Amino acid sequence: MSIRHPIGDDLLLGFAAGTLPAAHDLVVATAVSLDDDARARLGGFETLGGALLEQADAAPVGDDALTAVLGRLDEEEDMAPPRRICGGIFPAPLQDAVGGDLAAVRWRPVGMGARQAVLHRSPRGTARLLSIPAGQAMPDHSHRGTELTLVLTGAFRDGDLRFARGDLQVADASTEHRPTAEPAEDCICLVVTDAPLRFAGLLPRLFQRFLGI
Amino acid sequence: MSARPEPETHVAETEKDDAHWTAQMIAVGAARDRAAFEDLFRHYAPRIKAFLIRTGLAPPVAEDCMQDVMVTLWRKAHLYDPARASVATWVFTIARNRKIDMIRKTRRPEPEDLTWGPEAEPSQADVVAMRQESARLAQAVAELPERQRDLVQRAFFGEATHSEIAAATGLPMGTIKSRIRLAITRLREAMPEGTADRDRDGT
Ligand SMILES: [Zn+2]
Ligand SMILES: [Zn+2]
Repeated sequence: MSIRHPIGDDLLLGFAAGTLPAAHDLVVATAVSLDDDARARLGGFETLGGALLEQADAAPVGDDALTAVLGRLDEEEDMAPPRRICGGIFPAPLQDAVGGDLAAVRWRPVGMGARQAVLHRSPRGTARLLSIPAGQAMPDHSHRGTELTLVLTGAFRDGDLRFARGDLQVADASTEHRPTAEPAEDCICLVVTDAPLRFAGLLPRLFQRFLGI
Repeated sequence: MSARPEPETHVAETEKDDAHWTAQMIAVGAARDRAAFEDLFRHYAPRIKAFLIRTGLAPPVAEDCMQDVMVTLWRKAHLYDPARASVATWVFTIARNRKIDMIRKTRRPEPEDLTWGPEAEPSQADVVAMRQESARLAQAVAELPERQRDLVQRAFFGEATHSEIAAATGLPMGTIKSRIRLAITRLREAMPEGTADRDRDGT
């Protein structure tokens, strides 16, 4: 599958370095699961991290550290098995966050047929699934922070651009846009915001209160 | 197992290079070799701890975290894939994840795992090529002018905003990316039918 609007290097670098908020980690892990080229770019940044680790000055470790670690090697392994390709609509990291695939999502109506499910909320960022009915538009809105929208099923159009599965749209404070789901099927996206959205007009402001975004 | 290098013994610390650490890591994964693990510990434990301290952990916390990382290294050693990452890179990702999991007290989301099928092991040529590309990138980092190396470090230690490092520094990010991309493509080809491209457009 070809990704027309791939995730950017800034997010991949932040993920590699481990400096992103949790909500952003989720969207990056999900996007990378759908885009092998992004996976390779992420691998490049992780290689950079490995080089920095290799070149780090050694810090003194405790005298008994090796003994302590050796003593733990035979402990019962209670580690979760590695997540492999799991099939379904949601990639593994998103299935972990939801507790299953699409059927397990606990949607809440947010008006005009749209539905959402908040997966993670913290002061640094909120991650939610958003389902826009086929042919409908998201309410007109602008953003105080950055909004990352990753398409999981269906597709939306925003002006001249089309976003389909695996595509990521980045909108910031200067963007006022109106993504519209294509008529063929509902569009389900993973949306991460790092500040509340601002909707234009009274009705959308009510809408915003319901959305909690 | 023909693709796997033999574990090395009696190598002076100064002569230990990426090939040595790859061999030791594989010895741990394939044969649960404790001597190889102790060798890896002596090399990586102090570096992991230093790295964790630089990213903001207090030394006692960094010590605990480092010990967890080394235990994880032992447990996950059989999953290490030398065609996709150098040992340093793999250790780095384990340390990064462990640190975040400690702070958040939940498991950090990671991309889906791509693993070799039972029939397909990485070829020795791929392993060597991966190691060479990683070493090339490491060399380029070491040779950066101080200000640019500082920029790279600050991005990883969370002290800088994420500008595009490759553009800012001229690091050979493209070649390491191509090498990793090749490994991913081979993995996809080696995967059972039906999982390699499971997107619904069927392309
Ligand atoms: Zn496809
Ligand atoms: Zn928006």
